[in-house]
Amino acid sequence: MNVMQRESFKASDYKSDVTPVWCPGCGDFHVLLSLTKALAELGTGPENVAVISGIGCSSRIPAYTNCYGFHGVHGRSLALGAGLKVARPDLTVFVMSGDGDGFSIGGNHFLHACRRNIDMTYVVMDNRVYGMTKGQPSPTTEPDWDSALSPGGTGLRPFHPLVIALASGANFVAREFSGDIKGTTRTIVEAVRHPGFSFVEILSPCVTFRPDERAWKTQTHVASVEATDDPARAARRIMTDDGFNTGVLYRGRRKPYEQHVTDSSVEPAILEQEFAI
Amino acid sequence: MPNEAPSNARGSISFAIVGSGGAGALTAGAILLEAAGKSGWYGIMNRSVGPQIRGGEAAALVRLSNRPVDCMAETFELLIAIDWRNADRFADEMPLTSDGLVIGDPANGGAPDTIAGPDIRQAHIALKELAGSLTGGRENMIVVGLVVGLTGLPIENVTSVIADKLASKGKQAIETGRRCVEIGVQQAAQLGPSFTIETLAASQTGRWLITGNEAVGLGAVRGGIRFAAAYPITPATEVLEWLAPALAKVGGALVQAEDELASINMVIGASFGGRPSITATSGPGLALMVESLGLAAASEVPIVIVDVMRGGPSTGIPTKSEQSDLNIAVYGCHGDAPRIVVAPLSVADCLFTAHWAVHLAEAMQTPAIVLSDQSIGQARVLIDRPADVAFIAKRNILKVVSEEGYSRYALTGSGISPMAVPGTAGGQYTADGLTHTVKGIPSSKKVDHHDQLDKRERKIAGFDYGDHWAATENNCAAGTHADFTVLTWGSLAGAAREAMATLADEGIGVKLVALRLIAPFLKNKFLAALQGSQRILIVEQTRSGQFHQYLRANCDLLGEVRHFHRPGPQLIGPTEICTEIRNWRAS
Repeated sequence: MNVMQRESFKASDYKSDVTPVWCPGCGDFHVLLSLTKALAELGTGPENVAVISGIGCSSRIPAYTNCYGFHGVHGRSLALGAGLKVARPDLTVFVMSGDGDGFSIGGNHFLHACRRNIDMTYVVMDNRVYGMTKGQPSPTTEPDWDSALSPGGTGLRPFHPLVIALASGANFVAREFSGDIKGTTRTIVEAVRHPGFSFVEILSPCVTFRPDERAWKTQTHVASVEATDDPARAARRIMTDDGFNTGVLYRGRRKPYEQHVTDSSVEPAILEQEFAI
Repeated sequence: MPNEAPSNARGSISFAIVGSGGAGALTAGAILLEAAGKSGWYGIMNRSVGPQIRGGEAAALVRLSNRPVDCMAETFELLIAIDWRNADRFADEMPLTSDGLVIGDPANGGAPDTIAGPDIRQAHIALKELAGSLTGGRENMIVVGLVVGLTGLPIENVTSVIADKLASKGKQAIETGRRCVEIGVQQAAQLGPSFTIETLAASQTGRWLITGNEAVGLGAVRGGIRFAAAYPITPATEVLEWLAPALAKVGGALVQAEDELASINMVIGASFGGRPSITATSGPGLALMVESLGLAAASEVPIVIVDVMRGGPSTGIPTKSEQSDLNIAVYGCHGDAPRIVVAPLSVADCLFTAHWAVHLAEAMQTPAIVLSDQSIGQARVLIDRPADVAFIAKRNILKVVSEEGYSRYALTGSGISPMAVPGTAGGQYTADGLTHTVKGIPSSKKVDHHDQLDKRERKIAGFDYGDHWAATENNCAAGTHADFTVLTWGSLAGAAREAMATLADEGIGVKLVALRLIAPFLKNKFLAALQGSQRILIVEQTRSGQFHQYLRANCDLLGEVRHFHRPGPQLIGPTEICTEIRNWRAS
C-alpha cells in the first residue's frame, strides 16, 4: 500500500532491455505488460519497487522489469518477499510465481503468507503445466491431461488456489486472464492499494505445452457481481463458478502484519543490563 | 591466600541437583549460580532433562569456582536428590568423585546403585518434612541451603537472589524461602566434611550471567543485526526467544517462519533490502537451508546462520551436544558455494564470535555460519563483564551510479562489489541464483561462470581475518618448548584449556591451537601456529573424525599425530584429554 506519487511514469519506464526467454505467444508477455502499466498508474518509482520470484517460466519476470528484483530458488519467493517487506516496509513488494513454484514446491509458504497478511502483492501466472521442464502436470492440471510423466493423466483433482487463499486468510483475492490487459492492470493496481496480502491468480496460457489454453480467451468472462468482504460467500462463489470468472472476488478487512524494522537510534548497550549481576 | 579460608578450602566444586519436573531442581541451581556471581565467584550450569519436554525428571549440573570456568566438570563432589524418580537416567552424566557425597530424602529410600555404589558416602535429610514444617515451604529451597552450608557461599547473596526471583509472589514467599535456606544451612552443618570454596581477593570484579545462546544473540545485535527469521528447534530456540524482544527494543524485528526453508529465504530477502539479518537453527534446520545457502552465496547477499549443534544424524539427540555438523557447514551445498564458518570457543566467546560473523558476512557479502553447540548454547555461565568489540558490520553500499550504469557483480580486485540497496535510483538490478553477468543478467557463458565463481572465492580467500582465526596458547613459560600440541575447535577449547592447566602443574608443556575460523582454512597461519609441534593431539566430538579429515584435506600435518574423538552425548572433558597426553608421554 505504498502510494508514493512522483513525477508521472510510463509503462516503458518499468521495462528492462533484457529479452525474455518465453516462447512466442506465451501469456506471461501480457502479464509483464500489465504489471508495468499498473506500476505506471501507481506512480511509484522503479527504484522503490521490488519484484521477487522463484523458479519457472513466470519467475523469469524480475529481470524483465527495471525494478529491484530477486530471482531466488524454487518455491521460496514468498519468504524472500516477506523478509524484504518486513525489513523495508517503504518498498512496494511484488512476488511473482507460477502454479508449480507457488502451489507445489512452495505450497506451504502460500498458506502462511496468506495467514501472515504482510502488505504485499502475490501474482501467480497459472498455466497448469511445468513449462520450463517441458510439460509435466502441476497442482492445477486437469486429472486427465496426458504427459510423458503421467501417461493418461494424474487422476488427481487439481487444487483450488483461490479458495485455499481465502481459507488461509488472504486479504484480497482476484482472478484475471493474461490476455485482458486492461482488467489485469486494474486488478494489480487494486491489489497493491489494498492493505495486507493480496493474491491475484492470472490464467496465463502456455501455448507450447498447453495449446488448448488458447481457448481461455473466449472462456474467461468478467464476474457479474461485485467483490464481497465475506470470505464464506466468496468461497462459495469461487467453488461453484465455471473457473473462468475474472475480476476482484474478495476484499477482506483483516489488519495487515504490523512488525517491521525501523531506523532506531537505540543502542544495543541497553540489552546488556539484564546480564549484569 | 586469605587467612580466613578453611584449611580444606578448594578452588571449585561440582554438584548436581535432581528431581522430577516441577520439583524445582533447575530453579535451585539457577539461584545458587546467580548468588555465586554476586559473591565474586565464577560458575557454569547446564540443565539435563529427559526426553519429555516438561514434567519429566530434571537435573541442574552446576560447577562453582573461584576462577573462570569454560566447561563442566566430568565428576561431581555432591549430588542432592529431591526425589529419585527416574534419576538413574542421569547416572552417566554425573559420576561422583571418590570423596563425593550423595544426599537424599529418607522418605524416598536410598540412591539407586547406578548413581552411588557402596563406597560413596550417603546422607539422609528429610527434605519433605523440613519443608512441610513451614507453610509454603519448598524442598528445593532446603536444597539451596544445603549447598550454601557445604560450600560457604555467602547466605546474604542467596537471600537477595531469592528476593528478586520471588518478588512477584510477595513478602511471605520470600520470607519462607529465606527460612528454608536457613534450615538447609543448619542441616549441612551436621554432614561432616564440607566443600568450602576459597574466595580469591582478585575475583571481585563485575560479573555477567549469560548463556551461549543469549550471548550469540547479543553479539549479533552488537554486530548490527536488525532482522531475524527462524523456526523453533532444540537447542537453538533460546537464541530466538532472546532475540525477539531484544530486536524490538532496537528497532528490529523477528519473524517466526513456517519452516527453515522460509527462515533462510526471509533472511536473504531482508538482507537484500539492506538490513543485516540472521537465522538460528540446529542440524536438521541447517540441512533444510543448504539450497538457499547457495542462493546467498551466488547472489552475494550477506546472511548469518547460527547452528547450535546437537547429536545427529536425523533427529539424533536434540538435547545433547556434538560437533558433527562441521561437514555440512563447510561443504553443505550443491556447486561451489564459498562461505564463512566460525565457531565460538566458549560461552563468553559466543558474544565475540557472533559479532565477528556479522562483520565477516557483511564485509564479504556472503553467508556466514556460526557453529555453536548445545554444551555452550544452553550453559549458563558467570563471566567477567566482556569488553566492547570495535568493529561493526560494514557493507560496501553503492553510493553513486556512474555514467556507464551499475554493475552489481563487477569484477573488482578484492572480489567485493558495491551492493545497491533498494530505494537507490539507478541501482536497480536483479539478484539471481542463476549464473549471471556482471550486471546480474542470467548467462550460461563460460566466461561469466568462471569470472563469478572466481570472484566469490577471491573475496573470501583474500580477506584479512587478523588474529581472530584461532586461539593459540601455551601452558609453559615463554621460550619453553611445549612437548604436546592440542589441536581442536569450537567449544572443546574449554576442556582443552582446563587440561592444559592441570598438565602445567605436572610439568607437561602443552600448546593449544583452537580454531575459531573453520572456513576458509588459513593454511599459512595454521602451519605457522603448528611450527615445531612434534606431537599433535587432535580432539573433536564426532564419531567419524570430521575435523581431522578436514585438516588432512587442507594441509600436511607434520610430526606425530594422534586423534581423540568420540560422538556425544557425553562431552569430552579435561580429564580425558589429560589422560591421552599422559599416556602418550609414557609410551
